[in-house]
Amino acid sequence: MKRPSSPVAWALVAILAWMVAYPLVLVLLDAFRGSQGWTLEFVRAFAAQQTEWRALWGSLWISVASVGLAAAIGVPLAFLFARYDFPGRRVLGAVVALPAVLPPLVGVLAFLFLYGESGFIAHLVRTIFRLDQAPWRLEGAGAILLVHAYSMYVYFYLFTRAGLASLDASVFEAAASLGAGRWRTFRYVVLPLLRPSLTGAALLTFMTSLASFSAPYIFGGGFRVMTTQIIATRLNGNDSLAMVETVSLTLLALLALWLLQRSDAEETAGAAGKGVAPERARVASPAGRVALAALSWSLALVLLLPHLTLLLVSFVPIGTWTNEALPPAYTIANYATLVQDPVRARPLVNSLWMASAATAAAVALSIAAGVFSVRQRSRGSGLIEGLLVLPWAVPGTVFAIALATAFSVASPLTLRFVLVGTLWILPLAYLVRNLPITGRAVLAGFRRLDPALDEAAATLGAGRWRTLARITLPLLRPALVAGATLAFVTAFGDFVTSIMLYTYDTRPISLEILSSLRNSDVGVAAAYGVVLMLVSGLVFTLGAERERAPTG
Amino acid sequence: MTAPFLSVEGLTRRFGETVAVDHVDLALTRGEILALLGPSGSGKTTTLRLLAGFETPDAGRVIVDGDDVTRLAPVARHFGMVFQHYALFPHLDVGQNVAFGLESLHVRGDELTRRVAEALALVDLEKFERRRISQLSGGQQQRVALARALAPEPRVLLLDEPLSNLDPSLRERTRQEIREVIRRIGITTVFVTHEQDEAFDLGDRVAVLRAGRLEQIGTPELLYAEPATPFVARFVGRSASVPVDVIGVTDRGARVRVEGVEWDVPPARDRAAPATGPAQLLVRPEALWLVPAASGALAGTIESRRFTGTGSAYGVRTWGGAMVEVYGAAGAWTVGDRVSIVPSRRSGGGLHLYGVDA
Repeated sequence: MKRPSSPVAWALVAILAWMVAYPLVLVLLDAFRGSQGWTLEFVRAFAAQQTEWRALWGSLWISVASVGLAAAIGVPLAFLFARYDFPGRRVLGAVVALPAVLPPLVGVLAFLFLYGESGFIAHLVRTIFRLDQAPWRLEGAGAILLVHAYSMYVYFYLFTRAGLASLDASVFEAAASLGAGRWRTFRYVVLPLLRPSLTGAALLTFMTSLASFSAPYIFGGGFRVMTTQIIATRLNGNDSLAMVETVSLTLLALLALWLLQRSDAEETAGAAGKGVAPERARVASPAGRVALAALSWSLALVLLLPHLTLLLVSFVPIGTWTNEALPPAYTIANYATLVQDPVRARPLVNSLWMASAATAAAVALSIAAGVFSVRQRSRGSGLIEGLLVLPWAVPGTVFAIALATAFSVASPLTLRFVLVGTLWILPLAYLVRNLPITGRAVLAGFRRLDPALDEAAATLGAGRWRTLARITLPLLRPALVAGATLAFVTAFGDFVTSIMLYTYDTRPISLEILSSLRNSDVGVAAAYGVVLMLVSGLVFTLGAERERAPTG
Repeated sequence: MTAPFLSVEGLTRRFGETVAVDHVDLALTRGEILALLGPSGSGKTTTLRLLAGFETPDAGRVIVDGDDVTRLAPVARHFGMVFQHYALFPHLDVGQNVAFGLESLHVRGDELTRRVAEALALVDLEKFERRRISQLSGGQQQRVALARALAPEPRVLLLDEPLSNLDPSLRERTRQEIREVIRRIGITTVFVTHEQDEAFDLGDRVAVLRAGRLEQIGTPELLYAEPATPFVARFVGRSASVPVDVIGVTDRGARVRVEGVEWDVPPARDRAAPATGPAQLLVRPEALWLVPAASGALAGTIESRRFTGTGSAYGVRTWGGAMVEVYGAAGAWTVGDRVSIVPSRRSGGGLHLYGVDA
C-alpha cells in the first residue's frame, strides 16, 4: 500500500536528484555538445585514439585480474579462519580485515615505503648485495595489481566468512551421511552455497578496482587506466574529451552494478535456512598447530609490514636514511611539525571538519530517506533509494568531474552555482560519495525495525517526533554508527575527488601527503599517513565498541 | 438496551479490488468484551486496525462514547493496543515501556512512578520493573504489553491475536489472566482471534467474520445453538453437511427427507426455514445417535474412530455418500460396522436447516 507522498518527501527527492543525478546528466550532455550544438565529434575523437582504448582496456583487465588475485588470497584465508582453531585466531582474524578500513592512499604510501625502489626492502637488498640501485622499480601494472590484491582480498575474505557462517552444520552432516568425502562436499555442496557470496565479492572488487585511483596515479607511470586518463585529459584542458571518457567509465561501472544487483536478487532467492554454524576443527597434532600458527603469524606480519614501515618512516628525520638497512636516527620532529606549523596543521583541521560535516549530512539525509521510503513507503521511495545508491556505482573520478562541471557555473535558474573553489565543494563531494555507504546501512536498519513498534508508540500517544527520538533512532543506533564510521573514514582519507576539487584553503590530508612526497619530505608524508591510519582505526574501533554495547 | 459505548457503522475498507472489510456494524456496551472470530483473510485484523486508526476506512464510522473518531489519527484516539508480537520497545526496560504512554500524557514524577507500579501490579509483574525485555519469557512479555496498553487508562482496549505467540500449554493460563485483568478494570475490549476456544472463553459476545462480512454476532451460546449461516455452524463447533429435501414446513419445524428417511428439524429462532425442495442440513455430532443397523433408518458404515476421552467420535459414511460425525461410547463400534443413524431423541438441537446456496 503506497501512501500519497508528502511535499517533504518530494523535497528530499529533489535534493538528492540535484546532488547526485543532475551533475552526471550535465556531464553526459557535455560529452555530446560542442560550441555549435549537438555533436558526436568528441565521441569520434575518443574512438579514434588508441590511447583511449588502451586506457579502457587497462581498466578492464586490471579489474578482472584484481578479482582473480583477491579471490586467490581471500577465499583460502577465510576457510583457514572459519574452519580451523589455532592460537591467536581471533586477533589475527581482525588484523586480516585491516586493509579494508584504511584509506587507499595510506596503503599506496605504505607500499611505496616498503617495496618502492628506495623503500625498506630495496634498502635491505642493496645492503646485502652491495648494489648501487634497487634491482626493480615499483611501477606499472604489476605494482597496481600488487596494491589491489593487498587491499581487496578483504572483500573475498569477509564475504566468504559471512557465507560460511550462514551455512548450517547439518548440510555438512547430511553430505557426510550420504557418503560424500571432503572434496565432493566442497565441490558440490559448499561451493554452490557460497556462490552468492563469491559473486558479491567479485563484483565489489571489480567495481572498486575499476574506480581505483590512488594506486594507478602513484604507481602507474606510463601505464594508464581510465581514472588516471580522465584526470590527465582534464589537466590538458580537453574538457569535452574528458567528458566522453567519464561517460565510458560510467557505462562500464553501471554494467557491473547491474550484474551485482542481479546476483543480490539471486542471493535472497537461494538463501538457506539459518541453523547452527559448523564447528571449527581443532587441529589435533601439536606439530600441525605450531605450523598453522606460524603460517598465520607470518601472514599477519606480511600484512602489517607496509604499515609498520610507514610508522618507521614517520620517525625518520629528513634526508638521514640513505644507505643503511635501518634508519640511523629517529625523531618526532615530523609529528611536531604537524602540530606546530599552522600551515602544516591546516589539512588535518580541513579533513576533520569536512569529513564530519559530510558524514553528519549523509546520516541526516539517510534517516530522512529511511523515514520516507521504508517507514511511510511514500510514492517515490524507489527513486529515493535509487538516488542514494547511484554514487556507489559511479567511480569517484567521475563524480569529481561531474561536480566540477556542474558547480563551476553561476546559473541559479538551472540550479547551478559556483561552488568550485569555495569551502563547500569538497564537503558536498564527500557527502555525495558517502550517501550510498550511510544510506545502505541506515535503510537496512530501518528494514529490520518492526513497523508495529511505530504503531505501538502511536497508540501510546507518541507523535511523530517523539517516536523518532525515543523509539526509531535509539533502535537504529547500530546502523547509524556503522554507516557514520564508514562514511567518516572514507571522507577523511579521500583522495580521488579531493585532487579534482581542492583549493589551497581546503586542501585535505591526502593532498598534503602528495605534496610532501613531491617535495621529498618523506617523513612528514609518512607522519600524515600514520595520522590518517590512526584516526581511521580509532573511529572504527569506537564505532565497533558502541555497536557492541548492549542495547537489549 | 443502553446506548452503545463503542459503535461501528458500515465500516468498509478496500485494498484494490478486494473488499477486506465490507459494511461491518458492531455495537459494544461499556465494559463489554467482543471477540472478532474468523479464518485468515476474513478481515478481522483489518477491522481491528481500522478501530485503532492504522487504516482509514473507505466508508463507515467509528464512534466512541459519542465521539466520532473515524478520521482521528491513532495518536489521538486514546485506545490501548496489544500487538500480536507485542511490539515492546527492546531498548527500554519493562518500567520504561509501561511509562511510555503515560509520558505522552505528561504524567511526571511521583505520579508516573505510582502508575507504572500500579500497571505492573495489575499483571503481577511488580518485581520486573528494571528488567530488560529480552530477559522475559513470552508470557511475561505478553503481560508487559498488556500493562503498557492499560497504563494510560485508554477508552478501549484492542488485542491482536493476543495468545497466538504462546506455547499451547501457556495459553489457557494466560487467557485466564487476561480475562481477569480486563474484568477487574472493566474496560471495553475488542480482540481478534482465529481460535473458537479463545473467542468463547474471553468474549462476552463473538462476531464471526467471513470474507470481510459480518456473518453473525452474539453470545457463544447463541452462535452454537443458533448458527445463522452454514459457515457459522461449520466454524463454531463441529458439524457435517448433509443434502436433504424439505417436504413440509410447520411452525413446529420442518420435515425433511434424508436419503429416503424422514427427520423432523426444530425451527430456528431468528430465521425462516427454507421452502420445500432441496436444502442442506448441518448436523452436530451430539445431535445423532448410532444404533444397530435397522430398516427404515438412515444407513451408514463406520469409516473412522477417534477416541475423545469421554467417548469416541465416529466418522460415518451414509449409504448416499454423505459423511457425518457422531459421538458414541468408546469401543461401541469398530471400523466397517454397518449402523443406523437416528436423531438424538433428547434435544432435537444440533440440526440446522439452510437453503442449498446459503
